[in-house]
Amino acid sequence: MKKNLGRIYTALIFLFLYAPIIILIIFSFNNSKSRGNWDGFTIKWYVELFKNDEILKSLYYTLIIATTSSIISTIMGTFAAIGIYDMRGLPKKISLNLNYLPVLNPDIVTAISLMVLFRIVNLELGLITIILAHVTFCTPYVILSVLPKLKQMNKHLAEAALDLGATPFYSIRKVIIPQIMPGIITGALLAFTLSIDDFVITFFTAGKGVSNLSMTIYSMARRGINPVINALSTLMFLTLIILLIIIYKRSEKEEENIIEK
Amino acid sequence: MKNKKVLFLIATVFILTILSGCSDDRQTLNVYNWGDYINPEVIDIFEDEFNVKVVYDTFATNEDLYVKIKQGGSSYDVIFPSDYMIERMIREDLLQKIDLNKISNIKNVDEKFMNLDYDPNNEYSVPYMWGTVGIIYNKNLVDRPITKWADLWDEEFKGEIIMLNSQRDSLAVALKKLHYSLNTRDINELEEAKNELIKQKPLVYAYQGDEIKDTIISEDAAIGVVWSGDAVAMMRENENLVYVLPEEGTNLWFDAMVIPKGAKNVDLSHEFINFMLRPEIAAKNAEYIGYSSPIPKAVDLLSDDLRNNEVAYPDFDKLNNTEIFKDPSDILQEYDRIWTEVISSK
Amino acid sequence: MKLSKHGYFYLLWMAIFIAIPLLMVVYFAFTTGDSQNITSFTFSLDNFKRFFTPIYIEVLNKSIQLALVSTIICLLLGYPVAYIISKEKLKYRNVLILLFVIPMWMNFLLRTYAWLTLLGKNGIINYFITKLGFQPLDLLYNDFAVLLGMVYNFLPFMVLPIFSVLTKMDNSLIEASWDLGANKLKTFLKVTLPLSLPGVISGVTMVFIPAVSTFVISSLLGGNKTYLIGNLIEQQFRYTGDWHFGSAMSIILMIFILISMALTSRFDKAKEGEGGELW
Repeated sequence: MKKNLGRIYTALIFLFLYAPIIILIIFSFNNSKSRGNWDGFTIKWYVELFKNDEILKSLYYTLIIATTSSIISTIMGTFAAIGIYDMRGLPKKISLNLNYLPVLNPDIVTAISLMVLFRIVNLELGLITIILAHVTFCTPYVILSVLPKLKQMNKHLAEAALDLGATPFYSIRKVIIPQIMPGIITGALLAFTLSIDDFVITFFTAGKGVSNLSMTIYSMARRGINPVINALSTLMFLTLIILLIIIYKRSEKEEENIIEK
Repeated sequence: MKNKKVLFLIATVFILTILSGCSDDRQTLNVYNWGDYINPEVIDIFEDEFNVKVVYDTFATNEDLYVKIKQGGSSYDVIFPSDYMIERMIREDLLQKIDLNKISNIKNVDEKFMNLDYDPNNEYSVPYMWGTVGIIYNKNLVDRPITKWADLWDEEFKGEIIMLNSQRDSLAVALKKLHYSLNTRDINELEEAKNELIKQKPLVYAYQGDEIKDTIISEDAAIGVVWSGDAVAMMRENENLVYVLPEEGTNLWFDAMVIPKGAKNVDLSHEFINFMLRPEIAAKNAEYIGYSSPIPKAVDLLSDDLRNNEVAYPDFDKLNNTEIFKDPSDILQEYDRIWTEVISSK
Repeated sequence: MKLSKHGYFYLLWMAIFIAIPLLMVVYFAFTTGDSQNITSFTFSLDNFKRFFTPIYIEVLNKSIQLALVSTIICLLLGYPVAYIISKEKLKYRNVLILLFVIPMWMNFLLRTYAWLTLLGKNGIINYFITKLGFQPLDLLYNDFAVLLGMVYNFLPFMVLPIFSVLTKMDNSLIEASWDLGANKLKTFLKVTLPLSLPGVISGVTMVFIPAVSTFVISSLLGGNKTYLIGNLIEQQFRYTGDWHFGSAMSIILMIFILISMALTSRFDKAKEGEGGELW
C-alpha cells in the first residue's frame, strides 16, 4: 500500500515534468506555425528539418560543446572536489567560496565578464572560448554534487590504502572514486544539462560560424519559433528514450549475471 | 573499457570537426542577421553563383548585436541592424562606408526609403525590410473598433491588453498618446508618459516580448501592440484579427544592411548587398519572411495575397504621421529609471 | 592524506576564469562612465547609492521571497522523490533518475512556451477545468506562474544531489536503528535525514541561487508585471548598456548570497563534527 502511494506520487511528479514535453511533441505535428492555433496534423516540419542546414549545424555544435565541456568539467570537478575535501582552513574556504561564484552570478554577468576577459587576452571568439566558458560554469555544479558524497565516504579506507603503500592516485582510482561514483554521475548529468541549455553565456562567448541550438532558438523568437525546432526536439527526445531503454535492458542483464554468479 | 571507447569516439568527432572547418578553400562571407530573417534558398543561390561559402549567424536583439560588434573578436562582413542602431554605430565609428558605385541595384530601392535621418546620404546602409508599429485586436472579443493609442487606456479592456516589454517601445506608445514626439528628450514629457504608463498598468494583462504573437492568436488576450510584419503573420493564423495604425501617429522602422569595420572581405560584402537588392531575390525574402520590402519591383513579384495586403504595404499617405526612432543612447538611463518605476508600481 | 594537491589545478583555473572576471565586475561596480570605453571610467559609489532606494530594495526583497518559497517547495516535493527512487531496485533507479533530467535537455525556451500553452486563459488546463464545469482559473502572469516555473526548472537540481547521497547510504546504521527498536519514522528522522543533510544543502544551494537570479521565468510566466533582481541586472547589461550599475547589483546579490551560504555552511559544520546532534 505504502509502496503504491510512493509510486503514485512519483508518477505525479513525472507528469508535472513531462507535461510541457508532451505539448511540445504534439505541436511538432501542428500545421500552423503558431502554437496558439491548432490547424491540423502534418509531418512537414520533420521534412523541413532535414533541409535546414542552420538548425542541423547548431545541433551538431550543441552536442560537441555539451559533451566536451561536461567531460572536462566532470574530470576536473571530481579531482578538485577531492582536493578541496582534503584542504583545511583558509584555502578550503577560499576555494569553496570562489567555486560558488559562477553558480551565484546571474548568467549575464558571467557571460559579459568572460567575454571581456577573452577580448583582453585577444583570444578569437569561437568553439574554444565557448568550451572554456561552459567548463567554468559547469564545474562548480560537479563539485557541489561530489562533495556531499565525499563527506559520506568512509575515509579510513583510503587512508588504509595509503598506509599499505598505494600511491595517492591509485587510492583515488581504486578506493575513493568507486565510493563517490553516484556523486560524479550526478555532477556529469548536471553539467551536461546546464551546457546543453545555455543561451546567454554561449551567445557572448561565441564567434562567427559557431552557434548552439539555444542561440538559434532565441534568435528565432522575434519572428516566432519555427516549428522545425519542435520536430527536432521530438526526435531528440525519442532518441533519448530509446537509449534509456537500451541502458535499462543492459542493466537488467548485468543484474542477472550477478545473480547467476 | 567501454568508457574509453566512448571517449575515443568523441575525441575523433571533435578533431574531425576542427579539421573540417579548414577543408573548404572557397572565399567566405560572414553574415550576421536576425534569426529566421532570410530565405535559406537565397543563401544557396548566392553561394552557387559566386562560388563562395556563406557563414551565417543570428542574433536576437539590436543591443546584443551592438555589444558583439563593439567588443570585436569575430569579424563579420555584413550585418543587419535597425535604424536607431545604425545611427549609433555610425556615430561610434563601427561601420564602413558602402561604395554605392558597386551597388548598381540601389536604383531598385524606392526613393521614399532612401536618405532617411539615421543615415542621411545612405553612405553606410542599404534598407532591407521596413514596417510600422500598430495595434492588433480581435474584433470578436472587442465591442468597438480600436483606432487610437488612447484606447489602450480604456477601463473596458481591462485584462485584455498586452503591452511590449520594451522600455523604448512602451514609452513611445505613451508619448504618442500624449501627442509628443517619440524621440523627445524633454524630461517633463517623459515624466508625463511615465504617469500614463503607471495609470495603464492595472489594465495590462502582461508585458510581453516575442510571445505576444501566440498570446493574441490563441485569444488569451484581445489587444496588443505589434510590428506590422508580425501582424501579417498573425492575421494569417486568426482571421478575427485587425491591425490599425493609431490616429495619433506611430513609429516607422527599418532594418538595413551595413558593413562593420574590420570586415575581412569588403568586396564580397558589396556583392552580397547588391545581390540582395535584385528584385527576384528581395521578393523571395519578402515572401518567406512576410515583412515589407522597400523594393517596388520585388513587391510586384509577390503573391497577390501579400502584395495587396494593407498591413504590409499600406497606402503611403497613411504614413505621414510616423516617426523613425533616433539613437536613444544619451537618454537610456532616464528610460531605464522610468521603466523600472512603471514595472514596480502597483 | 595528501589529496589536497588535486585541488590546485582547479584553484589555478578559478583564478583565471572566476577571480579575474570577478575583479572586473568589482571594478565596474565602483566606477561610472561609458561601459564600452575603459578610459572614461571614474571611481564612484553612485551605483550603490542608486541601488539602496526603496524601489530596488523592494525588487530584491521580492526576489528573495520567491526564491525561498520555490526552494522550500522543491525540497518538499523533491526529497520524497529522491527517497523513493533511491529505495528502488538498481535497474529501475538509474532509469528513473535519467528520466528526471531528460526533460531538462529540451530547450528551456520551448519548455517555457509550452507552459504558456498549458496555463493560458484558453490553455489546456483551463480547457479541462471548464469541461468539468468550473470557472476558468487565472494561472498565468502572476506569482503562482513564476513559482511554478522556478519549481519546474530547478526541481532536478534538488533531487539529484539528495538522491546521490541517499543511495549507498550505510544501511547498517538504519538496520541498527531498527534493531534498537526505533520505528520507521523515528529512524528516518534520527538517522536517514541527518545523514542526507549534505545532499540537502547542495540541493538547496543549487536551487536557491539560480532561482534568486532568474529573469526569463519572471519575464515569460510572470508577464513582466513585477521585476526580479535578475531582470534588473539583465536589463542593465543587455538593454541600457550600463554595465556599472548592473555589476553593482550583481555584487550586492553576490554578497547577500555568500552571507546566507556562510550561515548554511556553519550549519553544515555543526553536523559534520557531531554527526546528528541537532536532531
